[in-house]
Amino acid sequence: MRAGFVTKEVLNGLRRNITLTIAVVITVAISLSLLGVGLLANSQVRVMKDYWYDKIEVSIFLCGQLSDSPTCSGGPVTSEQRAQIESDLKALPIVANVYYESQAEAFIRFKERFKGTALVDNVTADQLPESYRVKLKDPKQFAIVQSAFSGRPGIDSVQDQRTILDKFFKLLGVLRDGALAIGLISVLTAALLISNTLRIAAFNRRRETGVMRLVGASNFSIQLPFLLEGLISAIIGWGIATGILSALKSLVDARVAPLLTFTNFFGWADVWNASLLLLLTGLVVSAIASFLTLRKYLKV
Amino acid sequence: MPMIRCENVTKTYSKQDRPALDSVTLEVAKGEFVFLVGQSGSGKSTFLRLILREEKVTSGRMYVAGKDLSTLSQWKVPEFRRGIGTVFQDYRLLPNKTVSENVAFAMQIVGAAPKEIAREVPEVLELVGLDDYGHRMPAELSGGEQQRVAIARAFINKPQILIADEPTGNLDPTMSVGIMKLLDRINRTGTTVVMATHDDKIVDQMRKRVIELENGIVVRDQVRGIYGYSG
Ligand SMILES: Nc1ncnc2c1ncn2[C@@H]1O[C@H](COP(=O)(O)OP(=O)(O)O)[C@@H](O)[C@H]1O
Ligand SMILES: [Mg+2]
Repeated sequence: MRAGFVTKEVLNGLRRNITLTIAVVITVAISLSLLGVGLLANSQVRVMKDYWYDKIEVSIFLCGQLSDSPTCSGGPVTSEQRAQIESDLKALPIVANVYYESQAEAFIRFKERFKGTALVDNVTADQLPESYRVKLKDPKQFAIVQSAFSGRPGIDSVQDQRTILDKFFKLLGVLRDGALAIGLISVLTAALLISNTLRIAAFNRRRETGVMRLVGASNFSIQLPFLLEGLISAIIGWGIATGILSALKSLVDARVAPLLTFTNFFGWADVWNASLLLLLTGLVVSAIASFLTLRKYLKV
Repeated sequence: MPMIRCENVTKTYSKQDRPALDSVTLEVAKGEFVFLVGQSGSGKSTFLRLILREEKVTSGRMYVAGKDLSTLSQWKVPEFRRGIGTVFQDYRLLPNKTVSENVAFAMQIVGAAPKEIAREVPEVLELVGLDDYGHRMPAELSGGEQQRVAIARAFINKPQILIADEPTGNLDPTMSVGIMKLLDRINRTGTTVVMATHDDKIVDQMRKRVIELENGIVVRDQVRGIYGYSG
């Protein structure tokens, strides 16, 4: 068959089934949008992880007057111990940089944090521990620092801010997985609708397909118009879904980002990547649904 | 090599105990005109469906246009069918296409060039006597005219065989005569014609070969036959 003839048949088919075509387009648009939101949630979690893990540090608290852990039984940290800890830290290849926080600096931060409360008046600088604030090249390698320094004389405790963040990200991960699951389920719904629509289309056009068979049309050429109809509906739906995701991105940039300054947001590249993945999903799902349906309902 | 050759062809539909065709053996030569007669349910349509490979034989062998249908693979069936034109009692025209488009459809399906289509469609419409009907819709035509369109469509790809299943079944006698004249003309171009019918007047007039089926069995095969027994 010639391209011109196939195009005409496809357009005729889409027009004759206009209500069903619209239903398919809307369903595909909604389901791909939902899946896209899931994908963007995934990007957002990644962006937040990058942003936060980049900021977090490992704190090594040194023994002070009030420390009561066994490693501090020898009293406050000595200057030799401190010098040794610092040089050992700097010698570790996974350490990006080390910042020493003196008791005086700790006191300033403490006052700032608890400004206006009674605590400030009852605490003096020498009661607060001095510490090393260590930034790692890869925040996941906390365990190495932990094993190298905890339990060492002069060190009270080794703390990783990651443990707090991990709980937070676990929660975000559940939300993201939920969004992805909803997206996938709705894509499945769209596949079923496409399949059903093609079945109705095949039934509505049994006269044409019967005539096509009689004059010796190949299986492929009988099925092609239906397949193309499914694919075109999927592509239009995908276009709408991409529009919706772009609108979402613009909305986040304009309304949400200015309010939530503690994190970055997914970028346009994430939107385009998601869109590309949605296009592939739409085409593959539509093609599979069409193939399985037509094989059953359009036999030679 | 005959155009159609059946050797002990038996067809039993699934979930049926009695065969629709029972051990049929016959040959149809190239260019022959054959009437297939018999009561309703005697197996005429089944025989035509076997020729078209719409159904497969249950046992026996069947050769059509040089092809052994029992070994013809499924994907070659469409190409095989392009060599056979078909006409039915109910015309089977596409109601939303014009007369010209209906006829052109058969050429478009096989990938003919638009130029070729534009040249051949009017020629065939002239052959069937519908020169000025190209732009009409099927619903605007009489039954006889619709059947002519169907014949034009069946003939446009120049098939070796034309199969007609009760083509005059819905037509009044005068229209039927016109259709028979047309089929006769097509037969004279060298096309083998196999026509199932139970219109006795037509069969008696044409004096062609008559094969009579009864409960799926060939009970008569006469060279210049009439509808009933000539005694
Ligand atoms: N698709 C089918 N499935 C089962 N039985 C069928 C089918 N088609 C025809 N038959 C049976 O086969 C016999 C022959 O039918 P058919 O070939 O249509 O006869 P005719 O065309 O001479 O009226 C009949 O008994 C009919 O009921
Ligand atoms: Mg019949």
